[in-house]
Amino acid sequence: MQINLTVNGTDVTREIEPRVLLVHFIRDDLRLTGTHWGCDTSNCGTCVVLMDGQPVKSCTVLAAMADGHAITTVEGLANGATLDPVQQGFMEEHGLQCGFCTPGMMLTARALLDHNPHPEPLEIREAISGQICRCTGYATIVRSIQWAAEHSISAADTAEEEVRA
Amino acid sequence: MQIPAPFDYVRASSVDNALALLDRHGAESRVVAGGHSLLPMMKLRLARPDWLIDINDLYELDYLLVDGPVLRIGAMARHTTLLESDDIKRLFPIITDAERVIADPIVRNRGTIGGSLCQADPAEDLSTVCHVLEAVAVVRGPAGERMLSMADFHRGPYETAVAQNELLIEVRMPIRASSGSAYEKVERRVGDWAVAAAGASVTLGSDGTISHVAVGLTAVGLDRTVTEVEAVLVGQAPTEALFVEAGRLASLACDPLADQRGPIDYKRHLADELTRRVLRAACRRAAASVSEITI
Repeated sequence: MQINLTVNGTDVTREIEPRVLLVHFIRDDLRLTGTHWGCDTSNCGTCVVLMDGQPVKSCTVLAAMADGHAITTVEGLANGATLDPVQQGFMEEHGLQCGFCTPGMMLTARALLDHNPHPEPLEIREAISGQICRCTGYATIVRSIQWAAEHSISAADTAEEEVRA
Repeated sequence: MQIPAPFDYVRASSVDNALALLDRHGAESRVVAGGHSLLPMMKLRLARPDWLIDINDLYELDYLLVDGPVLRIGAMARHTTLLESDDIKRLFPIITDAERVIADPIVRNRGTIGGSLCQADPAEDLSTVCHVLEAVAVVRGPAGERMLSMADFHRGPYETAVAQNELLIEVRMPIRASSGSAYEKVERRVGDWAVAAAGASVTLGSDGTISHVAVGLTAVGLDRTVTEVEAVLVGQAPTEALFVEAGRLASLACDPLADQRGPIDYKRHLADELTRRVLRAACRRAAASVSEITI
């Protein structure tokens, strides 16, 4: 079957088998290997991508189900040479050790901050509770996301500024 | 690598279209909503449908509506939507409590109430919640709609009364004044199946006694509400001694299995303790809802 979707802002059309999972479509068909493939059972969250801005576990979504939707992978986070504040935060606060969970963690963080620009540490922990860091580096991941929140100019903040001006 | 067996895929464009597709493709076709139960089963080849009918485009079934004395929830309402709803928090805090501990936040972005109820997993939280709230399932098929109580809807583990050519389209919860409800679960970690969970709904009469109560248990081998508890509580003023007795009766009424989540006596202990906790919380919330009305 044929699917048409947007991946990191680019229109993509491909012929696929209906049983292909979104994670394998992204990695094997599109060669975007930043999205990792981990547990296969929607437990670990390393395969998280954004579908229409919402984090989803791409091992438990069919590529066919993404037809007509917009997908963002970790490759779509940076704006050209400028890192997303989330990526910068993971760098500043040492949010990664082996790096395997990092793409999924960063995409969940991006979606969280889009929805809630100033989350409490507990809200951050709740947001990433469906993802596993086998290095157990959760404290630095939470700090990285806090760093991003403190260094982001969110759409909500901009709107507030505009109202005040 | 876990990959489903080959199948054909089709997207339904409306409820009627979904019903027509189910009719056309017959016994080996399955409906997929959020997919977080069916796709894992297909990967393990526990399910091997020839046709997968995707109903994610049926936005007409993604709604929450307070309609007079009834809350109507469309079958495609996602867990995240239920968790974030202020109407639900106000009217049925048991749903908010349960949604907080269903799977994890990312799975909740996809999973739906209709999918959860139709999966009918014995450890499924919303099945217990719907039993406790005396919800009605609205099922549509070629012959029209039928309304099913949860007792009629839920046939047993992984089995419901929804026929091959039918679709669950809505869940209705009766709104009761002066009521409170609560849910609590013990799980080993986020996203795991429940070791045990309990839910309760309480209505207080004008004299402060319990006029209506329902208690349900999850993952401990009881497919109905704990009627033994209900018989003891109705007509009584809520007290700690009463909650202790209710917990004892709940632990006797259930029939848990020993597995890697714990031995039988531990699960009975949880049924007891969780029943006390949810009754306490439900009574507190019911009392608060009474005082709100008087103010």
